Amino acid sequence: MSGMAVSSAAPMVNVAALKDTTLLNMGIFALFVLVTMVIVFRASRNNKTAADYYAAGRSFTGSQNGTAIAGDYLSAASFLGITGAIAINGYDGFLYSIGFLVAWLVALLLVAELLRNTGKFTMADVLSFRLRQRPVRIAAALSTLAVCFFYLLAQMAGAGSLISLLLGISDWGGQALVIIVVGALMIMYVLIGGMKGTTWVQIIKAVLLICGAAVMTLWVLSIYGFNLSNLLGSAAEAANNPNILNPGLQYGKSETSKLDFMSLGLALVLGTAALPHVLMRFYTVPTAKEARKSVVWSIWLIGLFYLFTLVLGYGAAALVGADTIKAAPGGVNSAAPLLAFHLGGPLLLGFISAVAFATILAVVAGLTITAAASFAHDIYANVIAKGKADAGTEVKVARRTVVVIGVLAILGGIFANGQNVAFLVALAFAVAASANLPTIVYSLFWRKFTTQGAVWSMYGGLASAIILIALSPVVSGAKTSMIQGANFAIFPLSNPGIVSIPLAFFLGWLGTVLDKRGEDPAKQAEMEVRSLTGVGAEKAVEH
Amino acid sequence: MGNEAQPADATQSVDFQQVQQTEQFRELRRRHRSFVFPMAVAFLLWYFGYVLLADYAVGFMSIKLWGNINVGLVLGLLQFATTFGITAWYVSYSNRKLDPIAAGIRGEIEGHEFDSRGRVVGAGQAAGTGQAAKGAQR
Repeated sequence: MSGMAVSSAAPMVNVAALKDTTLLNMGIFALFVLVTMVIVFRASRNNKTAADYYAAGRSFTGSQNGTAIAGDYLSAASFLGITGAIAINGYDGFLYSIGFLVAWLVALLLVAELLRNTGKFTMADVLSFRLRQRPVRIAAALSTLAVCFFYLLAQMAGAGSLISLLLGISDWGGQALVIIVVGALMIMYVLIGGMKGTTWVQIIKAVLLICGAAVMTLWVLSIYGFNLSNLLGSAAEAANNPNILNPGLQYGKSETSKLDFMSLGLALVLGTAALPHVLMRFYTVPTAKEARKSVVWSIWLIGLFYLFTLVLGYGAAALVGADTIKAAPGGVNSAAPLLAFHLGGPLLLGFISAVAFATILAVVAGLTITAAASFAHDIYANVIAKGKADAGTEVKVARRTVVVIGVLAILGGIFANGQNVAFLVALAFAVAASANLPTIVYSLFWRKFTTQGAVWSMYGGLASAIILIALSPVVSGAKTSMIQGANFAIFPLSNPGIVSIPLAFFLGWLGTVLDKRGEDPAKQAEMEVRSLTGVGAEKAVEH
Repeated sequence: MGNEAQPADATQSVDFQQVQQTEQFRELRRRHRSFVFPMAVAFLLWYFGYVLLADYAVGFMSIKLWGNINVGLVLGLLQFATTFGITAWYVSYSNRKLDPIAAGIRGEIEGHEFDSRGRVVGAGQAAGTGQAAKGAQR
């Protein structure tokens, strides 16, 4: 019972005190930027070829790449969002986090190694391997760009609300300035460092994030005598609601919300292994075996991290309290920073805030290089220049694309700031699961799969996911909708996956059986043999 | 060596359809699929079963087992355990059953045993000095 005494005796966090730490937060963040910049400059000296720029010379080890994957995947939404969701909605926040982990088994079992063995730089390399290059590449590049755009916009808009919380900047102009700074830093990392620089930023950020979360987790557990049951009891008591330990507070409100969660779960589990920025990371290692090792590392790190967020979420509920969290600037997202302040004062808060910033920086950098590679390698080099562009020109195009995407992300972030765009992350997963995964699976495992099947599945999945979300309550017709005062929400769910994913699988099958042109069996044989044996796979660059 | 022709072209003349038909490759494909397909189906069923319980069997998930630890929390933590377990199982299966046979096939292809222009080893005619050099190394 000692745990409960602690929670009731602990002073409530003074939200106003958060602003006093702004300078400290900025100082720690500046240190992170300085250290990573030095590393990016050093790493970029060897950036010569396209394989260097897009795939870091395929020279990272499995453990390094696995850590970078965790750094890429554990976005601010995972850290701040899931901790906050558990603090406010209890069990349902935990339920949400599990989908993000289990999804990695799809990547491990069905995708990572086979993709590493058959591709070069992008997802489209694999999808167009044995099908007709032009139509498949264009479709794959479009869906890559769509996923990156939605994800990027969500991250940049999230940066705005994070700033109001962590730096105490609440006016629109000040937030816009910080979004510009974040975007400019990201452009520098990606422009100079390419995939190597991006990877190091992600590795450093993942180590800081996981260590920070581990320290806070042990701290919270030590308060409750390392007894999880005590922590849970204290959280339930502080929330004055025993149901915080049970499912249903968030997703169990109605039959629609239950179905909505099933739909979200489907998109998370099938979408992760088809996120283009995750797939591209598998090309940064020398062999398929290292790609496998990467996924194993990322599964352990990501799993461990979500176990930490379980403790941190209930810890925030018990030690900070749901009312304080909801009242703080940034709302739900403030649970982890407030808990850090409660535990370790300004210094720990400064550290956690800086890590949250670094998180946004690392994730947007990974998305930007993926989108730039897809445009330069798939659309420019293979479609516009019809494979005749030399690698130097291709990398030049990629670098210009980075600047364009960076500027678009900054503008998007500034204008989406304050809008309710949280649904964009779920939409990115839904598009990946609908437009990409069916074609990835069919082309790796189904001998008869044809170009028409791929094109139908990709465009059908992409279009249905986007159209359904446009007709859903997240866009119109509800109090929290993006567009207020209009109602064209004829689709009741906020997550389109439950319709768009089966539809895309069906279209892939239908397009194939109705296709009169078969594909070259020799190419199919080559892809199958290469994917399983790794013969002729792209080698690491020697320097 | 000093022969620039050899690494990139190692697979260009390979008859992959012939490789695909070999007993060795079919065994590799069978071993791979007989592991990953049932495992993928199993963990997806287990995950969606868990989500269905959390959605529609709130009473069952809320049963307390020890202190404040309820069925829902235990099942949730079991999702972590099975994810880690399947990962470790797959790695050990690959190391034992997949990697050696894949390496064997790779070695044979790179040693030009499946060249569409006939086996280079011992043929010794105008198949390219790079390939001949590679064949001679074996």
